[in-house]
Amino acid sequence: MANDKTRVVELSEIELNRRVFRIRQQRKSTLLAVISTLVFAGVVLAGLIFSPGWDRVQSSFFNFDTALKAWPTILTGLLLNLRVLFFASVGVLFFGLVLALLRTLKAPIFTPIRLLVHGYVDLFRGIPLIIVLYLVGFGIPGLRLPWLGRVPAEVLGTAALILTYSAYVAEVFRAGIEAVHPSQRLAARSLGLTYAQTMRHVVLPQALRKVAPPLMNDFVSLQKDVGLISVLGAVDAVRAAQIQVATFANFTPYVVAGVLFVLLAIPTVRLTDWFSARLAKREQAGALL
Amino acid sequence: MTEMILGDQILNVRGLHKSFEDREILRGVDIEVYRGQIVALIGSSGSGKSTLLRCINLIEQVSDGQIFLNDRDITDPEVNQDVIRRQIGLVFQSFNLFAHLTILQNITLALREVQKLSAAEANRIGLSLLERIGLADKGSSYPDKISGGQQQRTAIMRAVALNPDLLLLDEVTSALDPELVGEVLDLIRELKAQGTSIVMATHELSFARDVADWVVFLDGGLVVEEGPAKEFFANPTHPRTKEFLTRLKAV
Repeated sequence: MANDKTRVVELSEIELNRRVFRIRQQRKSTLLAVISTLVFAGVVLAGLIFSPGWDRVQSSFFNFDTALKAWPTILTGLLLNLRVLFFASVGVLFFGLVLALLRTLKAPIFTPIRLLVHGYVDLFRGIPLIIVLYLVGFGIPGLRLPWLGRVPAEVLGTAALILTYSAYVAEVFRAGIEAVHPSQRLAARSLGLTYAQTMRHVVLPQALRKVAPPLMNDFVSLQKDVGLISVLGAVDAVRAAQIQVATFANFTPYVVAGVLFVLLAIPTVRLTDWFSARLAKREQAGALL
Repeated sequence: MTEMILGDQILNVRGLHKSFEDREILRGVDIEVYRGQIVALIGSSGSGKSTLLRCINLIEQVSDGQIFLNDRDITDPEVNQDVIRRQIGLVFQSFNLFAHLTILQNITLALREVQKLSAAEANRIGLSLLERIGLADKGSSYPDKISGGQQQRTAIMRAVALNPDLLLLDEVTSALDPELVGEVLDLIRELKAQGTSIVMATHELSFARDVADWVVFLDGGLVVEEGPAKEFFANPTHPRTKEFLTRLKAV
């Protein structure tokens, strides 16, 4: 019994042949993928390099010396982006969830609150982010509120991001909450859990799992939209790149900033994939299909 | 041994192994099914009944062994699995009706998409099948709105609609109220009368004795004992079989 687990299972010749066949198929499709990727990349590259203006584009967008000189300043700017990103995402998660919960309240007494949230979500999903940034970034200081003092541009920018993104994320949360099967609520309420307890212990945990991928999608989107706070004058990566562009009379710093933003996004994207795969494995019966 | 007049062999499972990671569920199972036969798989939970059915329908990839459907090795990686699955119907314990489709649409989906029938033709077949199970007036209802027994009968008709060579039933009455079990078993009886070949995992022992032609007792991933239904229940020989049968009778 003890060595039952360590026992090497002898496979029949048929099974061994099947495995060999499957591995060969696998190799074939991998090879095909590599070839088609190379061909595709080759065509794109050739299209770029053989275009008539390539030399000028190369020297003004992909200038190695300029990139080398510009990137430390841009990286410093990116730190500001990261700070804004952190506070904005915490704020967005909090307000988004509160808005979603308020919007899913059922009792008639909450009708005004529900309508208010409804209006808020419609409004802020409709206005372009850049306009919200201008309104908040220049409008609020313009009020000259004595108790507010002078607020730094990045704080106002963060507030604007939270205002807009909360509206989106609230809708994601709401969709998740409504996607939990009614039988789950019934089961919880039948145990005597209150509405709030049902939300907290049964509906939200399931809803959050369902919406994790779209939420991460919004997070990636936020990651690059933090670059927009540069329009308020905050010296973030985009603004820093802009200054370098003016200094060197060369567009390469923008490319550098772009690359840095992409590098920032990749771990998040991978994390999302990993997380979704793990959930699927844990909660769904495994099968081929 | 009773001599049976056997038709063509529909299904032949040879030395089937299935492991999930290091858990070995099936340890070399052999089963034969002949045309028009009902073979009942019995055994306690975890004995491998469902896994066996899922392997036969190619929903799970076998770890070793072979499955022949109409003398063709369907575990050969070169066969088109979708085509094979069309010839094998599978009905699940928890119905698995498509929640976003009406009862009629549940039945006609594969007729339209897989068999490429026109909507009118698919609906005609669908309605006649619903009529057979007395649900013609429920065609436009959604699965959540009808009883478990009605859902399961719909699910069986969804599988039968494609005229499969072999129908696999995975504990189709286990999730039903006792009073609803009868209507589903009646439908299976009717299918047998029409010559459908069926492999069913079941806990309904008296039904297996009355309707099945052959009974297979699975235990720990192995066929411990098998035989013609009447003999099997009258004279079980293996101690594990006796134990299983007495335990169920005591309940």
